[in-house]
Amino acid sequence: MYVKQISIFVENRKGRLEDVCTCLDENGINIKSIILADTNEYGLIRMIVSDVDKAKLVLKEAGFSTIITNVVAIKFPHTKGMLKKLLEIFSEEELNIEYMYGLSTTTEEAIIVFKTSDNEKAVNLIENKGGEYGIAIIEESNI
Amino acid sequence: MIWNETKECMSRDEMSALQSARLVKTVNRVYHNVEFYRKKMQAVGIEPGDIKGIEDISKLPYTTKDDLRDNYPFGLFAVPQSEIVRIHASSGTTGKATVVGYTRKDIDIWSECVSRALSTAGVGKDDIIQVAYGYGLFTGGLGLHYGAENTGATVVPMSTGNTKKLITMMEDFGATAIACTPSYLLHIAETIKEMGVKDKIKLKAAVCGAEPWTEQMRIQIEEELGINAFDIYGLSEIMGPGVAMDCKFHKGLHVYEDHFLPEIITPDTLEPAAPGEVGELVFTTLTKEGLPLIRYRTKDLTSIDYSTCECGRTLARISRFKGRSDDMLIIRGVNVFPSQIEAALLEMGETSPHYMMIVDRENNLDTLEIQVEVEERFFTDEIRQLEQLSKKIGNAIHQALGISAKIKLVEPKTIERSMGKAKHVIDNRKLV
Ligand SMILES: [Zn+2]
Repeated sequence: MYVKQISIFVENRKGRLEDVCTCLDENGINIKSIILADTNEYGLIRMIVSDVDKAKLVLKEAGFSTIITNVVAIKFPHTKGMLKKLLEIFSEEELNIEYMYGLSTTTEEAIIVFKTSDNEKAVNLIENKGGEYGIAIIEESNI
Repeated sequence: MIWNETKECMSRDEMSALQSARLVKTVNRVYHNVEFYRKKMQAVGIEPGDIKGIEDISKLPYTTKDDLRDNYPFGLFAVPQSEIVRIHASSGTTGKATVVGYTRKDIDIWSECVSRALSTAGVGKDDIIQVAYGYGLFTGGLGLHYGAENTGATVVPMSTGNTKKLITMMEDFGATAIACTPSYLLHIAETIKEMGVKDKIKLKAAVCGAEPWTEQMRIQIEEELGINAFDIYGLSEIMGPGVAMDCKFHKGLHVYEDHFLPEIITPDTLEPAAPGEVGELVFTTLTKEGLPLIRYRTKDLTSIDYSTCECGRTLARISRFKGRSDDMLIIRGVNVFPSQIEAALLEMGETSPHYMMIVDRENNLDTLEIQVEVEERFFTDEIRQLEQLSKKIGNAIHQALGISAKIKLVEPKTIERSMGKAKHVIDNRKLV
């Protein structure tokens, strides 16, 4: 139901993002999606990878603080207004989106990842109300 | 366990009488054998006969580290070089090293003091102790080594350098005790956790010294390793580790007063401090042959308690150090000790005690930045929470120091781990 995301704490020093990528690459881990949230001094790298447990292990060995978080991945038809529709469903139930980012898009459909204030509720909402708009949950194994 | 009950539990009157007799002898010896002392005493119009007991101590002039440097290397030795069997030296931050020399009897007394200290920590002949202080010119390694041998313990001279090897041997040998700096022990504890061997370790006691540390840090070490940790104090000029030692009641460090006479003075006026007041610790050695020191100013700030301890020892206790007057920083006119920051961080319990203070000056204003490591257990997935964490740290520091600091969260293990004395301050103001 959820997708496991790994977040990494990095200082805003030159080459740190590269160090993370090199470390994963050397261990044969694929990055499926990545987003960087940063402040003046430090950043959070959030990633969906091919093997999240192994990623945590190798990054820890390389000296990084990491955390695995459950996020929700959904797909929806690539048509105008779909994202707005999704946000409407959430806001009606007073769900806040903490963050979201794209995973992949084709001409037909888009896949996005997000974390809300209540992931369980979000999943229920999509399962109940998403269907009529073609919005569906994606399992980790299908990413 | 009390190593030398006669000396450690004697009545205050007996102690004063013993100290007085030894002081008179020491003053005579330095007056006749060391030109420096003779001239200094003559300059203030004092002769050995004027010193009849410890009540006359304040008539004597002070000795400082500069005096040791000025008389580099052997100028203050009170015996011919042929009587000296060991040399130690501490590298000063500026200029020449401070050189100290020991006769065979000095080494024996040092070992006796360390044996008293180890017994206080519950370490005896059945124990296996790893000495993980640096061996060499620094007094920590050899001082603990000879003392632990004198105790009859099995001594493993690890020195510093290879933490994983130390832990493997700790596990394989079933070591029950360790002697090292507190910050190195914390690093060892971290590494034990990483290696996942905590349940294979038989360690029960740690004797830590050579740098000031806080009560909170002691408690953290004890909890992380499941051991008892004790503070051992010493300085090479006076002898090395084993001048004073913490007991299990942790209400101050027992000074081995039959060998070292402590005083507390007010650093500004150089007058004796009121009883119980915090001031600079001053020592006069009472039995040292090689390098006797008269009223040596340690720069360490503490207070003395002469009441009998719950452990039964009558030896005076010096309170846990507030820091060295040397380590004290003046930031925006406020006196700041690095140990206050350590205490504040540990009290919060949400960060590692590894920190670095960076002091600078911008537009004639002092700035203080404190780098704190974001340990995995405190890391969250949201920027907002990380920002709250640094705000919380900032508030705790502000409360502890009375000045505000900029908090910078840094990656784990990026602050240098020291095997010797931990470095906690970078003061860039000196460069201006
Ligand atoms: Zn005691």
